[in-house]
Amino acid sequence: MQSKYLIVGSSHAALEAAAAIRMADTSGGLTLLTRDTHLPYSPTILPYVVSGRSQLDNVTLRDAGCLRDNAIDFVSGAEVASVDPAQSTVRLASGETWQYERLLIATGAAPSLPKIAGLADVPFHVLRSLDDAVGLRKAMQQANSALVLGAGLIGMHAAENMAKAGIKVTVVELQPFALSSYFDPKASAIIERTFTAHGVRMLMGRTLASVARAGERIAAKLDDETAIDTDLLLICTGVKPNIGFLKSSGIETDAGILVDDRMRSNVANIWAAGDVAQARGFWGGHVVNGILPNAVEQGRIAGADMANDAGVQPFPGAVPLNTYSFFGQQAISVGRSSGPDSEVVEAGSDGSYRHIVLKEGRLIGISTINDFVDAGIMWQLILRRTDLSAVKQAFIANPQLTGRQLMSQHWR
Amino acid sequence: MATCFPTLQFHPERCDGCGDCMTACAQAKSGTDNRAQSRIRVMPAANGAGPELVLCRQCADPICVANCPSGALIKNTETGVIDWAGSKCVNCLLCTAGCSYAGIVYEAEVGHVTKCDTCDGDPACVKVCSKGALEYRTEARIFNEYADKEDLFCRGLAACHGCNSELLIRHTMRKVGPDSVVAAPPGCIPGMGTVGYNGQTGAKVPIFHSLLTNTATMLAGVKMQYNRVGRNVTAIALAGDGGTSDAGFQSVSGAAERNDPILFICVDNEGYMNTGMQSSGVTPYGSWTSTTPVGGAMKGKPTEAKNLPVIMTMHNCSYVATASTAYLEDYYDKLKKAIEVSKTGMAYLHVYAPCPTGWRFPSSMTTEVCRMQVRTNFIALWEYDPANGLHFTHPVERPEPVKNYLKLIGKYKHLSEEQVAHIQRTVDDKIGYLRQLTQVKAGIADPKHSSEPLYRQTPQ
Repeated sequence: MQSKYLIVGSSHAALEAAAAIRMADTSGGLTLLTRDTHLPYSPTILPYVVSGRSQLDNVTLRDAGCLRDNAIDFVSGAEVASVDPAQSTVRLASGETWQYERLLIATGAAPSLPKIAGLADVPFHVLRSLDDAVGLRKAMQQANSALVLGAGLIGMHAAENMAKAGIKVTVVELQPFALSSYFDPKASAIIERTFTAHGVRMLMGRTLASVARAGERIAAKLDDETAIDTDLLLICTGVKPNIGFLKSSGIETDAGILVDDRMRSNVANIWAAGDVAQARGFWGGHVVNGILPNAVEQGRIAGADMANDAGVQPFPGAVPLNTYSFFGQQAISVGRSSGPDSEVVEAGSDGSYRHIVLKEGRLIGISTINDFVDAGIMWQLILRRTDLSAVKQAFIANPQLTGRQLMSQHWR
Repeated sequence: MATCFPTLQFHPERCDGCGDCMTACAQAKSGTDNRAQSRIRVMPAANGAGPELVLCRQCADPICVANCPSGALIKNTETGVIDWAGSKCVNCLLCTAGCSYAGIVYEAEVGHVTKCDTCDGDPACVKVCSKGALEYRTEARIFNEYADKEDLFCRGLAACHGCNSELLIRHTMRKVGPDSVVAAPPGCIPGMGTVGYNGQTGAKVPIFHSLLTNTATMLAGVKMQYNRVGRNVTAIALAGDGGTSDAGFQSVSGAAERNDPILFICVDNEGYMNTGMQSSGVTPYGSWTSTTPVGGAMKGKPTEAKNLPVIMTMHNCSYVATASTAYLEDYYDKLKKAIEVSKTGMAYLHVYAPCPTGWRFPSSMTTEVCRMQVRTNFIALWEYDPANGLHFTHPVERPEPVKNYLKLIGKYKHLSEEQVAHIQRTVDDKIGYLRQLTQVKAGIADPKHSSEPLYRQTPQ
């Protein structure tokens, strides 16, 4: 088999790359290979499939007709086992080989499992694929209690869904507070309080020492010897890039695949984008920035570069960003929650909270709870290093209004 | 599938921040007067200066859609609007991270994101804007309608950089279609190669290079012969202002008076631009040309331009109109009428064609110069037929001072303040005169009107 453009993966980075390729090359052979057995979907939708808000048959990002209209061959159930750059081929687990001219690796990430004594002997859930979501939804229907290990976005979403379904939920997190990758301790405290108020037991700064079968249930023991019996165990302790199949390919990896500002790997004709890629961080270093908007942006750049689009824009650097709804409330976080030589301004009342981080008159981070700011505008103000000196007080008083005014000005 | 879409245009210089648009939007979209629920937001700038606009741009390549994990946002390929499906939305707000202009935002009052949907192509905000600051631009329909039609001129015509005559003739012949015969007297249009070059043809329809003096007459004869053999063709002249107003005038005038069934288009670049920028009868007062130079005694053209399209109305031919390539919808409406009319009588279109080479302005500014001609009332867009008289098709309620137009153009660089003031008076007089004409002719079609018609009706 062969394809001029071969993309491994079928989520946001892969789909955006395919769209960007089609902008510049309307007819060159374009194939998506995915080990998943469903049409393209987003991992971000999974908590909503678990809760039942999204229907299983209604989460497809590109249906068969759309793929056909864009001359994209979609091959599912195709797990890539190895890449051979010298031959420009990839080999599937089935033994089939695919010849490529340009290869994009957008294989995303898989759940990272911590070392817990007895874990191999108990049934547990993770949440990364549509099949995982269906399995978890089914298990929830029989469970009265649940233990969620990890208070990241997936874990918190799942905990909320299960609490709303009447399940007694315990969240255990190694870090001293929830959602620590995105929010500062005060913001996290508001989120944790909300969960506690909805009956979720939040155990921060703890980890799971061991698990064992106890009849139909699971007997868990924390590092402080606290014993918890549970019907359902969900492990959401982060993800790690899917790069196992690249051993001996010569493609340089660290935590993920190391790429330059056009998402090129060190090997000719091979690009990587999305959760599997480790690209330049906006504040230095190379980071895996496993968020959806980042995958979209990197996918676009990779696709444009693969198709020799003269309009390709180099990657500006990864900025952490998230929007998070919980129990009808909104949390938004863009950029850093602290930084050297920075000035932090906090404000809030009645369950709302705002945390602004400025450095040398420029925004480097903002997070809010129940205080809507436009994440896209904040992101741009950071990326453009917009000088806020002249409007600093106005921005601190009303970042939403000032941000909109500034970006409207940039438009003209 | 459409490939080009209508759009909301904001003119900040006309906006006084009254906020009527926001009230109208809130009423249309949420049934309240609460401006916080408007999807269009007008606000002062951060530095206190004139208004800024926050509104969905309906991007062609929208990142809000790319960021949506649930498929709730879709770029509609028929309307161009980014549609939001509430049934699929999971309120993750990632779309808001994809927009640099807050075009899609979380609205606390309703508990989900909202965005402009252009009210299905009839925006409430535009309807209530009394300042003309919001406009719903629909020119995209022209592209959608004509992009797939065959361009009847060959590639590689050698028009000057920035020439809008080439744009005009390619547009025009797409609309006229292949059943046509073109007459092109000496001027820029044959000069750029439309009548052929190096033994090759320049057009994909029959085209002939008439003399400056006989274009309308020859064309009328050609049309008569086609009629005689039973073929229905559009006989069209693509002439310059020299070939129409000066040497060509006697034959144009005769054809108009006889109401010969032809479509005569005068592409007016205010002089003989392809032979060295000599002055013509329609060159405006004060213009530098090579025959009206700027020196000790002469300060550009000392006499006024004759108003050729108005003169054409005096011939009582079936249809007369003026047009500008900056207002293509207006032009296409007129062209459609003219093509129809030319089956039985004479249609005359006078299209203004600013010339970057001869007038001395940057080639990138051609369309802006065209636009400013209209915005300052330097030219007026109107149409006339004997039954309905003359009426404006794009009246300019708040014209800009004519100096804003003149300063864009090198051939007016030398003008003194007195000369500019004189041109402003001429512009005002000309508009006033046209306004009077709209009154004079209004009653003629009415059989009950008792007064003598001013002009003879062409017997049918």
